[in-house]
Amino acid sequence: MSPAPVRRKLHTPPVPASPFPYHPGSLLSVNDLSLDELNHVLARATALEKQDPLTRDRILAKRRVALLFYEASTRTRTSFELAAKALGADTALVSNLSSSIEKGESLKDTGLNLRALGAEAIILRSNSSGAAWLLEESTRLPVLNAGDGMHEHPTQALLDLRTILAHLRGGTTKVNEKTLAGVTVTITGDILHSRVARSNALLLPRLGAEVVLCGPKELLPEVAASEGPDSRGGVTIERDFEAALKRSQVVMMLRIQAERLAGLQLDLEEYKAGYQLTGERLARLAPKAIVMHPGPIIRGLEITSGVADGPQSAILEQVTHGLAIRMAVIERALNATALKSAPTSVRTSSARPAKPASRKGARA
Amino acid sequence: MSAIAIKNGHLIDPSAGIDAPRDILLKDGKVAEVAAAGKLKPADGAQVINAKGLVVAPGLIDIHVHLREPGQGYKETIATGTAAAAAGGFTSVAAMPNTIPVNDTPEITRWMQSPERGASVRVFPIGAATRGSKGEALNDFAALKAAGAVAVTDDGHPILKDSIMRDTLAAAARVGLSVIQHAEDTRLTVGASMNAGPVAFRLGLRGMPVEAESGLVERDIRLVTELRSDKVHLHVAHTSTAKAIAAVRQARRNGLRVTCEVAPHHFLLTDEHVGHYNTNCKMNPPLRSAADRAAMLEAILDGVVDAIATDHAPHASHEKEVEFERAPNGVTGLETALGLCLRWLHGEARMPLGRVLSLLSAQPAAVLGLKGRGSLTEGSFADVVIFDPKAEWTYRAAEGKSKSRNTPFDGWAMQGKVRWTISEGRIAYEAN
Repeated sequence: MSPAPVRRKLHTPPVPASPFPYHPGSLLSVNDLSLDELNHVLARATALEKQDPLTRDRILAKRRVALLFYEASTRTRTSFELAAKALGADTALVSNLSSSIEKGESLKDTGLNLRALGAEAIILRSNSSGAAWLLEESTRLPVLNAGDGMHEHPTQALLDLRTILAHLRGGTTKVNEKTLAGVTVTITGDILHSRVARSNALLLPRLGAEVVLCGPKELLPEVAASEGPDSRGGVTIERDFEAALKRSQVVMMLRIQAERLAGLQLDLEEYKAGYQLTGERLARLAPKAIVMHPGPIIRGLEITSGVADGPQSAILEQVTHGLAIRMAVIERALNATALKSAPTSVRTSSARPAKPASRKGARA
Repeated sequence: MSAIAIKNGHLIDPSAGIDAPRDILLKDGKVAEVAAAGKLKPADGAQVINAKGLVVAPGLIDIHVHLREPGQGYKETIATGTAAAAAGGFTSVAAMPNTIPVNDTPEITRWMQSPERGASVRVFPIGAATRGSKGEALNDFAALKAAGAVAVTDDGHPILKDSIMRDTLAAAARVGLSVIQHAEDTRLTVGASMNAGPVAFRLGLRGMPVEAESGLVERDIRLVTELRSDKVHLHVAHTSTAKAIAAVRQARRNGLRVTCEVAPHHFLLTDEHVGHYNTNCKMNPPLRSAADRAAMLEAILDGVVDAIATDHAPHASHEKEVEFERAPNGVTGLETALGLCLRWLHGEARMPLGRVLSLLSAQPAAVLGLKGRGSLTEGSFADVVIFDPKAEWTYRAAEGKSKSRNTPFDGWAMQGKVRWTISEGRIAYEAN
């Protein structure tokens, strides 16, 4: 037996950085994109948007993209579908309400079947946080996360970024750590349940923006201040909506997600009194700020009709930016696939993306 | 029954205070003789095990396992679960009642112990505290005990109603049974799938606050206090939070019979290990913060913890290969407990080997009052583990004896390789 004194701290093996190598074409989290990749996506979004539709639709002609939607969606689904079609790809939509998902088929099996049908990438919307990781692990196809539960919605953050750049930085597609220095983005409302808030809080501070989260305790727990790309900060909490408005160049409003409240009682009149974005508040506190909202908007609750339809509103522009961003990420997904397989070979189930050394999980 | 002579080994029997070379003769399922090296009386026809360079210790005892039978044999059976136990050095396991149907009758309790189950080691059923574990009507504890139950619990359906828990504690005390509580105020954990905190927020998962555990532990201790009987015994299952440990520590200072166990994953892993939704890091109670993990280690080193228990909870791979929130709770543990405890508690934290083994044998035997177990004094059950304390190896879940593979420790380095496990005088496991 060892006479040495007892040690009270154990240094156990570290958490694996990633449980498996991602497909290079996947977009699961905004964190997957390096600054270089981010610039590439922004540049391609602009180039594809400008390109003649008749040449653009040859880029991915007859390539197959599956849209797998486990949740209701208008904007995201249509936007991804139109984006894929604009590049010439064939799309197939599978939704939970009209498929074998209703019969109890698992996400893994659904994904494997889509792959067997020739899908080269899957765009997934799920009500379960982390579903995109599961689908990628099961299929090893490029997976585009179109929103997973309360976790992330990376393409929304990208289109939000593009909207902000269009208004405040002349639509530049070259970004770095300082591009958004001095810009305060206030995200207000149901932060707790919001994947849009999480993805934006991870992305925007990397470009120098200050993200202010605003809302009542029930919808914005203190722990949210720990969100953000790293220990540099860049994410703060402000409970006072008017104080937050006063410092903001961008005001992003969120819907209260009634379907995720899980029994939480909220006094809506009190909420509106504290956090509704009204024309009066906007004129008095942030007359130059741009107003954003990922949709769907609930007029008269988090935002008044006047503001939603007003001159400061960029809400519909966001939707348009979404189309361009999604063309760029779909192109990225399928080009990465093409890079990985020989020009004439058919992709088989045994094909695996190369393991990028930096992503290898350090397993004990 | 044949005899086994274990020679040339180093016996560590913490409860007998032995840590020295000894030879042991096992006969008719009991320990017949413990003698100084080379001094064993000759026994005709005894199989001889040469334990040179090996540690000989009381067979390990896991007081918290899920063997899934009756009802869920696709996850594990009593045969496969006890085979895994034997491979891990365990000779006794206490099986939780959350089977299908729930083990709330003497018939099921006896069925689980029947020879037809093909158990490799001794199975001690734990009976359900209430009918169907619904937290309403108490079961017949005397009948359950007579059928072999060693404790009562509603396990994953913790008893929330004060009156029912008070009645359970009192009724169990009357027949000399322990009450085990899975301490979780389920009103605070609706829809939650991991520990509440920054990691849960980042992953977009609903979190279980530490108070859901500690609050119920505090409530239970208050009920034990109010009952004012030294026969009342509360055992807190898989303690995972500093707050709950503090409550247990205080209850003990107050002279109450309150014991607790900690699972290896709770002193080795934190909620960060959930990583990218690794369902093999999903269990209940969940992996907690680094501070809570450190508190579990502290409590083990300080002697507040009475037992290491694995909460071995096998699930089929298809059940774990789903969205994190939909995956069932639980990880396997029987085949990794000794290797992890020797590597981390003994090797890294430098806890004396005898104390580590005590937490895995003598102390859990004492918690559930398992007579003749957890010690190798003459007359005890011939439950022995013989292991190479120096051997280092890598655990591969795919090579395990359990039917299931849901472990967070796949690929981890282990220390201490089991060479033989002997259950009541029969070799239940032999390394090849």
